[in-house]
Amino acid sequence: MAGLATTFGSGAMTNSNNDLLGANCIFSIGSNTTETHPVIGFNIKKATRSGAKLIIANPRHIELVRYADIWLQHTPGSDVALLMAMMKIILKEGLHDNSFIMQRCENFKPFKQSLDDFDLTTAETITGVPLGQIVEAARMYAQNGPSAILYAMGITQHSHGTDNVIAIANLAMLTGNIGKPGSGVNPLRGQNNVQGACDMGSLPNVCSGYQKISEPSIKQKFNVAWGINLPTEEGLSITEMIDSILQGRIKALYLIGENPILSDPDAGHVRKALSTIEFFVAQDIFINESVELAHVVLPGTSFAEKDGTFTNTERRVQRVRKAIDPIGYSRPDWLITCQIAQRMGAKGFDFEQPSQIMDEIAKVTPSYGGISYKRLDKGGLQWPCPDLKHPGTSILHTQQFTRGKGRFMPLRYKPPAELPDKDYPMMLTTGRNLFQFHTGTMSRKVAGLNSFKGEEEVEIHPKDAERLFLNNGDKVKVISRRGEITARIKISEASSPGVIFMTFHFAESPTNILTNPALDPISKIPELKVCSVKISKI
Amino acid sequence: MNYLRLNINSREIKVKPGTTVLQAAQASGTYIPTLCADPDLKPHGGCRLCIVEVKGMRNMPTACTTIVSEDMVVNTETEAVHKERRSVIDLIIADHPMDCLTCIKNQRCELQDVAAYLGITERNLPRTIKQKPIDDSNPFFTFNHNYCILCQRCTRTCDEITGVNAIEIINRGYNSKVSTFGDKPLMESICKSCGECVARCPVAALVAKNSIMPTSKIETTCPYCGVGCMMELGIRNGKIVSVEGSRSSQANNGRLCVKGRYGIADFVQHPERLVQPLLRKSNTLIETSWEEALNIVAQKLSAYSGDQIAVIASAKCTNEDNYIVQKFARSVLGTNNIDHCARL
Amino acid sequence: MAKIKTSKLSAGQRTVFLCHGTGCVSNEAFAIRKAFEKSIERLQLTDIKVDFTGCHGFCEQGPIVFVQPEGIFYAHVSLDDVEEIVYSHFRDNKPLERLMYKDPSSSEIVPYFKDINFYKKQRHIVLRNCGRINPERIEDYIATDGYQALQKVLFSMTPHQVIDEVKISGLRGRGGAGFPTATKWQFCHDAPSDKKYLICNADEGDPGAFMDRSMMEGDPHSVIEGMAIAAYATGATEGYIYIRAEYPLAVNRTKFAIKEAEERGFLGKNILGSDFSLKIHIKEGAGAFVCGEETALIASIEGRRGMPSSRPPFPTQSGLWGKPTNINNVKTLATVPLIILHGGKSYSQTGTEKNRGTSIFALTGKINCMGLVEVPMGTKLADIIFDIGGGIPNGKKLKAVQTGGPSGGCLPANMINLPVEYEAFANAGSIMGSGGMVVMDEDTCMVDVARFFISFTQSESCGKCVPCRLGTKQMLNILENICQGRGNITDIDLLQNLAQSIKVSSLCGLGQTAPNPVLTTLSYFRDEYEEHINDRRCRAAVCTGLVTYSIIAEKCPGCGLCIRECPVQAVTSSGKKKPVILDQSKCTKCGACFNICRLGAIAVK
Repeated sequence: MAGLATTFGSGAMTNSNNDLLGANCIFSIGSNTTETHPVIGFNIKKATRSGAKLIIANPRHIELVRYADIWLQHTPGSDVALLMAMMKIILKEGLHDNSFIMQRCENFKPFKQSLDDFDLTTAETITGVPLGQIVEAARMYAQNGPSAILYAMGITQHSHGTDNVIAIANLAMLTGNIGKPGSGVNPLRGQNNVQGACDMGSLPNVCSGYQKISEPSIKQKFNVAWGINLPTEEGLSITEMIDSILQGRIKALYLIGENPILSDPDAGHVRKALSTIEFFVAQDIFINESVELAHVVLPGTSFAEKDGTFTNTERRVQRVRKAIDPIGYSRPDWLITCQIAQRMGAKGFDFEQPSQIMDEIAKVTPSYGGISYKRLDKGGLQWPCPDLKHPGTSILHTQQFTRGKGRFMPLRYKPPAELPDKDYPMMLTTGRNLFQFHTGTMSRKVAGLNSFKGEEEVEIHPKDAERLFLNNGDKVKVISRRGEITARIKISEASSPGVIFMTFHFAESPTNILTNPALDPISKIPELKVCSVKISKI
Repeated sequence: MNYLRLNINSREIKVKPGTTVLQAAQASGTYIPTLCADPDLKPHGGCRLCIVEVKGMRNMPTACTTIVSEDMVVNTETEAVHKERRSVIDLIIADHPMDCLTCIKNQRCELQDVAAYLGITERNLPRTIKQKPIDDSNPFFTFNHNYCILCQRCTRTCDEITGVNAIEIINRGYNSKVSTFGDKPLMESICKSCGECVARCPVAALVAKNSIMPTSKIETTCPYCGVGCMMELGIRNGKIVSVEGSRSSQANNGRLCVKGRYGIADFVQHPERLVQPLLRKSNTLIETSWEEALNIVAQKLSAYSGDQIAVIASAKCTNEDNYIVQKFARSVLGTNNIDHCARL
Repeated sequence: MAKIKTSKLSAGQRTVFLCHGTGCVSNEAFAIRKAFEKSIERLQLTDIKVDFTGCHGFCEQGPIVFVQPEGIFYAHVSLDDVEEIVYSHFRDNKPLERLMYKDPSSSEIVPYFKDINFYKKQRHIVLRNCGRINPERIEDYIATDGYQALQKVLFSMTPHQVIDEVKISGLRGRGGAGFPTATKWQFCHDAPSDKKYLICNADEGDPGAFMDRSMMEGDPHSVIEGMAIAAYATGATEGYIYIRAEYPLAVNRTKFAIKEAEERGFLGKNILGSDFSLKIHIKEGAGAFVCGEETALIASIEGRRGMPSSRPPFPTQSGLWGKPTNINNVKTLATVPLIILHGGKSYSQTGTEKNRGTSIFALTGKINCMGLVEVPMGTKLADIIFDIGGGIPNGKKLKAVQTGGPSGGCLPANMINLPVEYEAFANAGSIMGSGGMVVMDEDTCMVDVARFFISFTQSESCGKCVPCRLGTKQMLNILENICQGRGNITDIDLLQNLAQSIKVSSLCGLGQTAPNPVLTTLSYFRDEYEEHINDRRCRAAVCTGLVTYSIIAEKCPGCGLCIRECPVQAVTSSGKKKPVILDQSKCTKCGACFNICRLGAIAVK
């Protein structure tokens, strides 16, 4: 997100779900779309049926490879090298969009310089992809416009995730694939309302609508709107919070609807923090590995028992409606927070219903300025939607970039923080399965889904299995520098030799005990997609 | 935009070029019976029920596959058309179970609708039906081949909508049936259980398990991934009993995946749901009142300064929940230490 | 303009031609050829060449050996006969009478090919090269003016002129429906598109029909040349030959011919140095009857299940991969080079006003000479059956002729003066179809014939549309009931109604024509249906459910032949020289006893 904010001025998906159907070429990198965003997966397949080219860059043989024209099986963590090579080829062959670069972008020279310093044979070595294939992919993307890029956590969850995103943004600008139907840079958001939670300012550096607290005018605006004095110091990200708890600086935690012990890297570390903190209040719909450590647990309601809105990956704000009464004595999350605030003597938390909250959001958030429940009852609205007459925005950056000019950023390839070595010779990469979701808090309560995927499986290449004398279904220990877990293996040719794959849905085999908390310096996203492990048979 | 004029049952209608006769009729409120047409699928022309008379065309073309041309004159209600439609329905009924009253699709069955429209009151042909197998392997839905009328909405959905191609027609002639590669049970196939086929089955061949008719429906947004599919939750007696994709949202255009369609009610109404505030006393969490819980939280949090507190909000919660919690952190707790799992 | 190097066929040189069509090959024709080569080599008869040709269309006489230039025709040659022929015919110059063709009606020996009645009254235009040239040698085809037409088209005609020439010829699609070929080409030519396809339909699905196979085996280059011309006229740059995988010989010969043509520059990029390019692929079909239907065939090439789709859009508008596609039958395409070379007018001299040229039938059934028959359009059925086919064997009477394959109709004996014409057949309730012609004698039960054909179309129905899938099943059930003696007189009306609505409401040609055998037998042989139902009697004694065998005691000497023959021990002895006893409760009505008895002591009723 930070990468797109730097280059375009806005970190969200530039185009829309249905807009993919108008693409002549789709380049999907670091996204296993049919498993993680199945309905968008339908659109990709539909687009290929009507003739769109499909390029898949993924270390694993994912389902979409079946539909792809080109599959680039690059080494985990080598995305920047792959993308830089593509850009170098595009420039070399003159396939770039010169007028777009001239009219709509800036800082092209230093960027071009960074490519000049980059060598294509090195790219082949780093990515493990034959140069011929990279050339073919570069041509296909550049020559079949409009071309859309899709990416997901396979791009961002790296210690150099921001670089990955910038490289993608550079590629799109280089070929003029921004701001028009069927093109764009489209990060697929993992959770139902990640986009909304970010939009609302559940982030340490911005208030709602990405209004920077460091900016005096913004601070002033909120001081007036909320009748308080906004703290100016930027806050901590989750991973930093955990460290800070262990260092004794943070003493109290209010956790809502999350399970960091399963979802965050280096889970042992997280568990230690949550067990030792002075005061820990958790608000959730189920007891989970994190919640069970809390001092006070507050029962929230599920989406089905409350009114509200979610903002999906394409910036579309849509209604959530109360379908049934709250289960037991559970209460909607906004109400609980308001009730705590009121008990702490605060003003401005006396809302009777969520529509009033949305009215306040609209008032203080320019991109949500035109959104109201009344309008949403006629259908979702895509932000920016600055006023009540505005129809919403399905494609960003059509006339100019949010930040004015698109900014090319020079890049240099950096390897993952941890690479296989003598002691930990294999690479672990993580992802999701269609039949489970995230830490399984919801999906593992569904018996039918469990019958499809009920336990962790360590996906391992037959060559590695043979070398380690492993048979399908054998129980193994997977060990990293941070911890170890046990799970059964599944022999599969989906990944290349030396690379194993696991999900993080299962508390019994908590994969994130193994992963590396090394953060991207800008986005603070941990490197969940690459770490080094070894395997031993039990 | 230029329009084409056509005449359906002596009524003048204007449509966009490329419209089929069936679409034109439906748009103008004229009912034409059909069992294989679906707004999301390409015209099929298999059930032959939508045949109409078109002036100047020999034979009776199917409305679903015939594109409107300028000044077309269509008659959907002639005796000849009715006679052929009735003979088609007679053939289907002779090959279909006659247990409507106890059938799960009773009153929601499109075959019933069409038969009623055509005034079919009895079976006119000898029975051809034979006992066919039931594929019960999938945890969410059943494929009962005895009810299948081979309209192919399911196989076409699995091809055109989802691109999975788990099911196709196998065998020929009367032995034709919908099946998977190698005629294996669905669970052993590449089926992703999205249920798009179930949603389109006009009869009781593909039906969701434990499905009961809701008394009301409410439209909301799926809580799983970031696609933001809108769905209609079917409610009966205060419980969620069904889920359907909502066509009103452009995020999903009516489509859902396996989690959205079949993974909602079980977790929302799970017996392990937290129903009461809990308080840790002598290292165990015990139930307490809201009053006590909220007071303790307010009191404890008041005791710390802003830089001693952290708040982790949720990407699962609504915009309103998140707005409130960040406002709470910033304006009440006095800290910017607020984050959520945006990055995970 | 490149000049095609021509050579003359090895005229004059004595050559032994082995027929290498599927029929003869399955009777060891390859080994027989080897034996000829060996034997001739051993005798050092250096002036005698051994060669092979495609099918002669007279497979029941195979393996066929044909000696040129004298034109002697040997039939039923086995491996053991080779030495004898070589010694007698070639060393001693005494053609071997024993193996010469015998006319089945007159039992006379006919030494020369030109005198064989079966061939004498035919007119080989499409089959012009079959049995005469070596199909695996492009030079042979070139020597018979092959690829001259393509050259003419590429360098002296516009696509319009080509289409006009075909229009003048009056050629109609030989796939069965008889749609004017020039019109189809014109549609495809006029359809705007960046890419067009041409498909040669060689998916010969009718049981017993083998003219397409014979063409592909015996003269593949005339089809390929026809395709190149058609592609030029319609604007296609890519072609497919859709051919049944069960025709391995035809597939291999065609593949080989494509390779040869590409090497000679008759196919591929810039054909003969012109701007025109054509790539031809072979697609082997899995043998579904319905894939002969154009839209199902397209689905099959695209890798989908062979199921037809509604027309319009017609393939010439939106066909293979959604592009304009011209589909022609093998025989249609093989005719094209002749039309171009000799002019449409010359071609149109043959045949009748609306039906120009010739038609090929696969003549079979109760007839003396079975095989491929090419006759001018307008020829009477009687001429085919009696003059070419040599009439009905064993002095039986002609009862009906079934034309057009499983979805054709049965024409009664009193209609045998009907001319071979699309319209005449259609008016009589039948179709030309792909050219099947089954002759039936008085021992044929017409109800059973209808049942047989419906069971074929039912099991080949693709399952897509209701009338065809379920309607033919209903008809089949009713017909089975009638044949088993469980018929009801109301069944006749029910059959009639079902047949009518299947014809009207089915999606594709398969369903629309499937009722033809029922409709024609109902209209021409209704009395047989009524007899089956009312009298529980099958006059041809075919329907086992209605037949009773009994022993005529006064004629039976108790020889016991039938006792041994009966598979279910229903016939037992009642003592020496006493009539045998038939236990009706055990009898399965297989007719084995009836067939074995030489004394006429078994009655059938």
